[in-house]
Amino acid sequence: MSYEIVARPHQQNFIDWAKDKPEVLVLSADLTNSCEVGKWRDTYPDRFFSMGMAEQNMMGMAAGLAREGFEPWLHTFSVFLYRRPLDQLQMSIAYPALKVRLVGFLPGIMTPGGVTHQAIEDIAILRAIPNMTIFEVGDATEAQSVLDVAHDVQGPVYIRMLRGEVSRIFPVTEPFVFNRARVLSTGTDITLITSGIATEEALRAVPLLQARGVSVTHLHVSTLKPFTDPAVVAALKSAQAGVITMENHSIIGGLGSAVAEVMAENGISAPLQRIGLKDTYAHGASQKFLMAEYELDAAALVKRVEVAVGRKLDIDESELQEQRSINVHSSAKVEAL
Amino acid sequence: MSENGLEVVREIEKVAHGIRRRVLQHTISNNGGYMSQACSAAELLSSLYVGILKFSAVGQPIDPPSFIGVPAVGPHTYQTGAQFHGEKRADLDRLISSPAHYALVIYAALIETGRLREDGLEHFNRDGSTVEMIGAEHSPGFETTTGSLAQALSQASGIALARKIRGESGRTWVFMSDGEFQEGQTYEALQAARFHGLSNLRVIVDVNRAQCDGPMDTVMNIEPLPDRIKAFGWEVSVIDGHDIAGILAASEKKTDVPHMILCYTDPVRGLPILANRAPVLHYLRFTSADERAQYEMAYQEMTK
Repeated sequence: MSYEIVARPHQQNFIDWAKDKPEVLVLSADLTNSCEVGKWRDTYPDRFFSMGMAEQNMMGMAAGLAREGFEPWLHTFSVFLYRRPLDQLQMSIAYPALKVRLVGFLPGIMTPGGVTHQAIEDIAILRAIPNMTIFEVGDATEAQSVLDVAHDVQGPVYIRMLRGEVSRIFPVTEPFVFNRARVLSTGTDITLITSGIATEEALRAVPLLQARGVSVTHLHVSTLKPFTDPAVVAALKSAQAGVITMENHSIIGGLGSAVAEVMAENGISAPLQRIGLKDTYAHGASQKFLMAEYELDAAALVKRVEVAVGRKLDIDESELQEQRSINVHSSAKVEAL
Repeated sequence: MSENGLEVVREIEKVAHGIRRRVLQHTISNNGGYMSQACSAAELLSSLYVGILKFSAVGQPIDPPSFIGVPAVGPHTYQTGAQFHGEKRADLDRLISSPAHYALVIYAALIETGRLREDGLEHFNRDGSTVEMIGAEHSPGFETTTGSLAQALSQASGIALARKIRGESGRTWVFMSDGEFQEGQTYEALQAARFHGLSNLRVIVDVNRAQCDGPMDTVMNIEPLPDRIKAFGWEVSVIDGHDIAGILAASEKKTDVPHMILCYTDPVRGLPILANRAPVLHYLRFTSADERAQYEMAYQEMTK
């Protein structure tokens, strides 16, 4: 399977989108070009505010601007939006339910920057914060259409964003819809729920699984909080052999935990396997290397499906490689800072 | 000073006295209170509310509303304590109070200036009331939630930046305590406010040199505070925080950079027996009936 590769999906799209929205401001913490808003700054210099490497103050100033009716869109790496300034995020922004948008780039193991740059528990922490809405985009279409969805939320929003060369998996005509999962395939053996970059990775394995006679319901989830989509409940109920979640995040507190909660609350009894970082920090290396090392890739998914259905499927690595879109994980895709 | 100016000073003195008296009365009847903060900040807060802040009147003193819930996403009827400061208008000032544990002192100032009903303090620290011990944004005189200290200066800077973008003439004032200059965020805010040219931002600090564990220079030194602030490019005024004319003069200083007024204060001013509690003055709770009786006597003196 090969997808169109969109270069810097956020860059021009965000400029065009913000044109008729004078209340939209950008606050940046010294990672402006790395977050694809350098051109935005040059286009709207009066609406761009450099906050320097000082995220705690950035949260407070964003809060003040939001109280006065502006809509600040904070751009930096995911990890810098919640770890150091967590108290400020909570007391200055989340408690008063202010319209601040936290656009976080390079979530999870997408950065070669190592443990200091890897947001592996961001969803877990932010899910526990009242008033927060959490989105994670899975392709270029979602990276572009999440803007309207976030804009409509009357409280703080955290977005796990994609940048650089991003696959377009979903048609432009099918934009991001609030709290609605995308049903990518339907079946009765396995219910597979994926988010973010895990969706593209899972899509490499699903056709091979189906070819081996495993029927799969595959949902892509892009709204992680709230997590109340009835389509998710229905999909979980249909799983006869088991449920598998797959995410670029710790298995604790993220998509896997959210699914476990929904299953428990709805009395859905099925074995649940969570693919994600198994309660471990990672280190600095390429995305492809880390996905293999920490068993976040298509091969890991195949193994979990084998466990669920109780038989070997004889899918080898070369078959999975053939499913990779041409540019993804090629040397050209190595993420810089 | 003009006759009019003298009258303002006399009114501020009266309000400052009223703040100390009310907080002492409350501390005695509740066997506890943030008393030293009233002693140190009485002139500072009364100068703000009477002589400095451009606020609209509120008509009748306001009855503090009951707590109706925390802010929520979507349409809600949440009302902040800013209503006690009057109308929100482009040409009027705003006051963001940072040390939320000064709430009792601020409530007393609001009563003395006719913005909060006199019986408002009866709701203090009562279940279901907005007149909380540590003020939050629903509490009278507050509009942000700052109990986790050192967040207000950043929040107020955002408000000041918004008002600068809109070209509003009103100033944004921040009342701070000196302990907050131990937090790193304060210095992030200082550099950002200067960098973004927030000349509409005014900060007034109660430098009482006392904090929870005791005298600040034994907990974590912050001096030389004026030099620190100046090094960030701010205009700094250093004054005696009980000298009302000095506070008023500093408040009128015209600057094209953010301005900070450091009010060096005495945490037992107006209540000398409080010095017996030294070195820890942060919170007053009586340890004996005898001590309580001494404070009752001090209160009788104050009401003469």
